[in-house]
Amino acid sequence: MRIACLAALIWVAQAAVAVAFDAEDHVDYPASPETAVLRVISTADQSVFEPILLAFQARNPGLSVQYTITSTTELMRAIQDEDAVFDLAISSAMDLQTKLANDGFARRFSPTVADGLPSWAIWRDQLFAFTQEPAVLLVSDADFPPGTEPRSREALIATLRENPDRFRGRVGTYDVRTSGFGYLMATQDSRNSEAFWRLMEVMGRLDAQLYCCSGAMIRDVAAGDLALAYNVLGSYAAAQQAEVDGFRIVELDDYVNVMLRTALIPTTAENVDGAQKMVTFLLSLQRQPDVTTAAGLPAIDPASFQANTALRPIRFGPGLLVFLDQLRRQNFLRNWEGSLVQE
Amino acid sequence: MTPQGSIRRRLFFQLAGVAAVLSLTFFFVVRSVAERAAEGTQDEILAASATAIADSLRSENGGVTLDLPYSALSMLGSVSEDRVFYRVTADGKTLTGYDDLPLPTGGRQTGQTIVETLTYRGDELRAVSVLRPLGSFSAQQDVVVTVAQTREGLEAISRRITATATAVGGGFFLLATALSLWAARTALAPLERLTGAVTRRGPKDLRPVDAIAPAELVPLVTALNGFMSRLRASLLRTEDFIAEAAHRVRTPLATVRAQAEVTHRKLNKPEHKQAIREMIRAIDESSRSAGQMLDHAMVTFRTDSMDRDALDLSALTRETCSQLVPTADLKDISITTDCGPDPVPFEGDRILLQAALLNILDNAIKYSPADSHISVSLRTREDLILSVADEGRGFDDLDLPRLANRYQRGSNTGDIVGSGLGLTIASDVAGAHGGRLIIAQNPKGVGACVSLVLPH
Repeated sequence: MRIACLAALIWVAQAAVAVAFDAEDHVDYPASPETAVLRVISTADQSVFEPILLAFQARNPGLSVQYTITSTTELMRAIQDEDAVFDLAISSAMDLQTKLANDGFARRFSPTVADGLPSWAIWRDQLFAFTQEPAVLLVSDADFPPGTEPRSREALIATLRENPDRFRGRVGTYDVRTSGFGYLMATQDSRNSEAFWRLMEVMGRLDAQLYCCSGAMIRDVAAGDLALAYNVLGSYAAAQQAEVDGFRIVELDDYVNVMLRTALIPTTAENVDGAQKMVTFLLSLQRQPDVTTAAGLPAIDPASFQANTALRPIRFGPGLLVFLDQLRRQNFLRNWEGSLVQE
Repeated sequence: MTPQGSIRRRLFFQLAGVAAVLSLTFFFVVRSVAERAAEGTQDEILAASATAIADSLRSENGGVTLDLPYSALSMLGSVSEDRVFYRVTADGKTLTGYDDLPLPTGGRQTGQTIVETLTYRGDELRAVSVLRPLGSFSAQQDVVVTVAQTREGLEAISRRITATATAVGGGFFLLATALSLWAARTALAPLERLTGAVTRRGPKDLRPVDAIAPAELVPLVTALNGFMSRLRASLLRTEDFIAEAAHRVRTPLATVRAQAEVTHRKLNKPEHKQAIREMIRAIDESSRSAGQMLDHAMVTFRTDSMDRDALDLSALTRETCSQLVPTADLKDISITTDCGPDPVPFEGDRILLQAALLNILDNAIKYSPADSHISVSLRTREDLILSVADEGRGFDDLDLPRLANRYQRGSNTGDIVGSGLGLTIASDVAGAHGGRLIIAQNPKGVGACVSLVLPH
């Protein structure tokens, strides 16, 4: 025990020296006896990812897992600019992960793919998608009795326009200037539909509240402070719904952007073998419903896309680099601010 | 004759060699054309992407700005999963994109599209740059849009093309080789037909070859036919000559001998009678020698084109012996033949066998003393053995193998005149029938025993 504490202390000290990026938290899952260490950097909260890590560890005894939690942009910085040593990088920011792979920061690995895993779940044998998480509309039960919630963006715009007084100051969405997920969803929206900019205009006129995270939006909608919140991470909302009442999740009928949570093995990885085992394990989540239920992360399920054609998984590819372009981002944010932040 | 190479093999290897060269050429042509096409496709997509970016350039407040079109980069992802890099510079200053991406080194004429292959971050890239002037005439800026992509997709295509080209080229080569084999065989079929037509002929068939031959073989067939006609004429002449010579030599000798005998009877003085007897003896020897030489010539000639008649050796032996009974009687020599009761079937040349037996018997009679016995026996063992045993002076042991050679006579022939051809003839005949001549001492005591050993 003393040795373990000492080891943890040394590791924390090392981490403090080596890691200049802004880590939110470290969690250590030591194995005894320990044969190898797997260093994971991730944007998913400990509560979300712990069931997956424990299930993985149960299958690979002897493998200690050091789990570092950070934001999407900090993860990008850690891998791209600081050469931080991690064996696996897991992020919800598909665009940033794509850029990391495109710019040559990822190792190649050809996993033995589970049956039924769609081909778009793996890009260049470097990016491995293992969850599908939709961006959804949250409505509070108080403002929208069952059956009255808008089913499409056009209906949402109409509802907001018709009742400006009822919704003033009570609609929320991501602040895309600070949230990577918010930015990704907003840019995909702008690509998918002209209604997006009109919606932003309307929300801007209604004095929309801007959030950093899905958690806060869920809390405020559940409390009734917000009548609705747009582009909330559906997987978190579904997990919260079990604990908190007062809100409903609406998947709009016109289209639903679906984010894929991805893993990549950085070129700096030291325990490549462990990382490949983890990737293989993550790609097999579809066959382990108990783990995904505990984590609240829906595994990739091709059948769901056939059942609901409005679901649009965001595709990997150089297209995702477009909105990371400096000029394009500036222009996009200027437009977004012009629409939404009407001082 | 040892063959000097094979036309068929040479033809086959030459055709196969041509096929190999063609297959290789095919392989390289297909690969280079297909790879150029694939390369061209990538270049075109890169150019389209760079053009799309250049088209969305606009000047704003005296500067240049750009809203990177989504399709400009997403189109690059539609063909392969290659990595994409881009850079936009205005007057040499990076506007956006990867600011360490090398600028095009080619000409700097505006409106130009420059295609390059370069190395960036350790990978080979294909880069297309578009040069555009932008802004008002007074404040014009040269904008360079570069879009680059790794070539992994191209390599994958190249590997696929190479595999396909290899398979097709290999298949083509195998097919062509099989066809070469067939072609070589077909081309030589007339030659084989001709060979067959000539080989199947009987020994006496010297008619012209009339097999249908292709133009290339006509001179050969013509030459062959010419040669055969000359051979036929020559053989006919030889045959005629032998018959003619036998006739021309024997007839005058017979006349001279008859005259000598008549003269012998008319003369009274013993010394004159003696001289005439000497003369008759010399005439006899000459006649015999001439006969044997002709026999030998005939045997040599016939063995080249022997008959294979089915005959009864037993009957032939008795018949031949009876021919010589009168000659034997002159010396009071008795000839017994022991051939068994059954016919002995044998395939061979009647005339040759008769000549052989006649010569052996003639020898036996010549070297036997008066009032002795010659026994002729035909036995069927593993081989047919026709033996003639006499009670004459026999042979010296040392001489035996030599005696069958031409003009070789035994050392103990002494006063008896001979040509040394008799056993040679017998030996040649035995050899022509696949057998041999055995010369030995008479196992029953004095005398010689000469056996013709003939295989069944």
